[in-house]
Amino acid sequence: MAYVIAAPCVADYSCLEVCPVDCISPGPESQDFSDTEQLYINPELCINCAACVEACPVMAIYEDDNLPNKWKHYKDVNRMYFIQRTGVLRS
Amino acid sequence: MRPTYRIAVVGSGPSGMYALEHLVKNKHVAIDADLFERLPAPWGLVRYGVAPDHPEKKLISNRLYSNIISRANVRYFGNVEIGRDISNTELASWYDGVIYASGANSDNALEIPGEELTGSWSAREFVAWYNGHPDYSHLKFDLSCPRAVIVGNGNVALDVARILTLPIEELRKTDIADHALDALESSRIQEVVILGRRGYKNGAFNNPELEELLHLDNIQVQVEDPEFLTDDESELQKLSWEARRKVETLRQLHKKKAGAVTKRIIFKFLSSPTALLGEDRLQHVQVKHNVPAHVPNGKQRVASDQFTSIDAGILFRATGYRGTPLPELPFDSKKAVIENVHGRVTDNGVVINGIYCTGWIKRGARGVIGTNKQCAGETVACLIDDLRLTNTSRALSPELVLSKIKERKPDFVTLADWLTIDRAEKERGASQKRPRSKLCTTGDMLRIARANSTELG
Repeated sequence: MAYVIAAPCVADYSCLEVCPVDCISPGPESQDFSDTEQLYINPELCINCAACVEACPVMAIYEDDNLPNKWKHYKDVNRMYFIQRTGVLRS
Repeated sequence: MRPTYRIAVVGSGPSGMYALEHLVKNKHVAIDADLFERLPAPWGLVRYGVAPDHPEKKLISNRLYSNIISRANVRYFGNVEIGRDISNTELASWYDGVIYASGANSDNALEIPGEELTGSWSAREFVAWYNGHPDYSHLKFDLSCPRAVIVGNGNVALDVARILTLPIEELRKTDIADHALDALESSRIQEVVILGRRGYKNGAFNNPELEELLHLDNIQVQVEDPEFLTDDESELQKLSWEARRKVETLRQLHKKKAGAVTKRIIFKFLSSPTALLGEDRLQHVQVKHNVPAHVPNGKQRVASDQFTSIDAGILFRATGYRGTPLPELPFDSKKAVIENVHGRVTDNGVVINGIYCTGWIKRGARGVIGTNKQCAGETVACLIDDLRLTNTSRALSPELVLSKIKERKPDFVTLADWLTIDRAEKERGASQKRPRSKLCTTGDMLRIARANSTELG
């Protein structure tokens, strides 16, 4: 299980600032930040602490089993973001 | 002892609110901040830009911005226009630093014949109107024609297309302006054509906004691009991951069987308007077809000599917001931003001490809400570095500034006034099961605020 960032994300990186394991990308220091549509959680690194859920100002973060129907595919979208960038989930 | 520095932030949209957040949370210097907003209500494009059917994005004002504006070291001065009520030069003399976060209040023109015809609008005006912006609430959009054309296919274009095609029952659940609800209820628009100059592989919309159309049961979506049905998979492998997702969604949309179809959205790619035609108002849009040239970056296109004409009674250009010059401040008219280096305002390359900018007026009208957080972080870091080189504050006292503002703009709006307006809007909305019913003129907002402060004596 992992948390997932869904469609409402506005790339306010409050989530990343509270994440204890640094599993959210792209951060404000990254070259990819200024053009990104949203931020993503690496499901292999997420420890399910839920700190990001409360920090998110637009309540865009859900448990992967608990995503609203219209955003169910964001579980894959979050995972795929990391795979397409690095080929693997752990980089 | 280190002094408390006094900073003014001009503009209370996302860029101003993030500048304020970085200021009040910084660990290096003590800061008091005054926030100036030209309108009575704060939050800029979160209130007046984000589409009413995106309530989750508006949560940011309650969950984040409200907490910042309510801090003990922050004061709110709404209904005060810097550059008119108080000059920029004078403001600079009151504070240790001024951050301009005034956004972009104009738009890019199409620069084609007929652009000034009645019925030709900027999407920015329509968005401000349906969101109840006081400067745009008086506009009258004639929605009696069957077809609307939108030029440009970014997120603003999709917002406008959705508002024009959503069932009125859906809009009635939102905080859309009452005057817009009335006008859209009697709208006869059946079809919205979205023109994009590039091909279907280069749509400017973001994935979430495009995917949303999959969930609108009564809207049929059609994709027009000669290559859309003929491209093989190898073409798509060349695209970025984000672009491939968009193509997948376009395919799903094109295949989607709408339920009881009432309205249509047509994505017409590789199409640029060349002229707007009509007797005394818009009747036809002349469109030129572009041919994609196959070059490595996939972004080139060439014009063909093929034209078609689309009958349409209303057109919205959604080809980007554009900043306008502020009185007394240096402006880079090419980029349409205040001239600056990393947020320090410069005049012909020379830094003007104490003046900063952030957001769209610093970097141009690009990015999502959170892009402004990083942008403001850079500006505030520069400001704090500059403050740390000094040992004293040169600012006027908070009391003196307050008395000057009272003198210049007696009907300025305080935080308490705004909270009264906010509560009144929510109460008006509650009886209609809506999140709020907006007060859409400055006069109405001031009346509600004053009525309450008089009651309190």
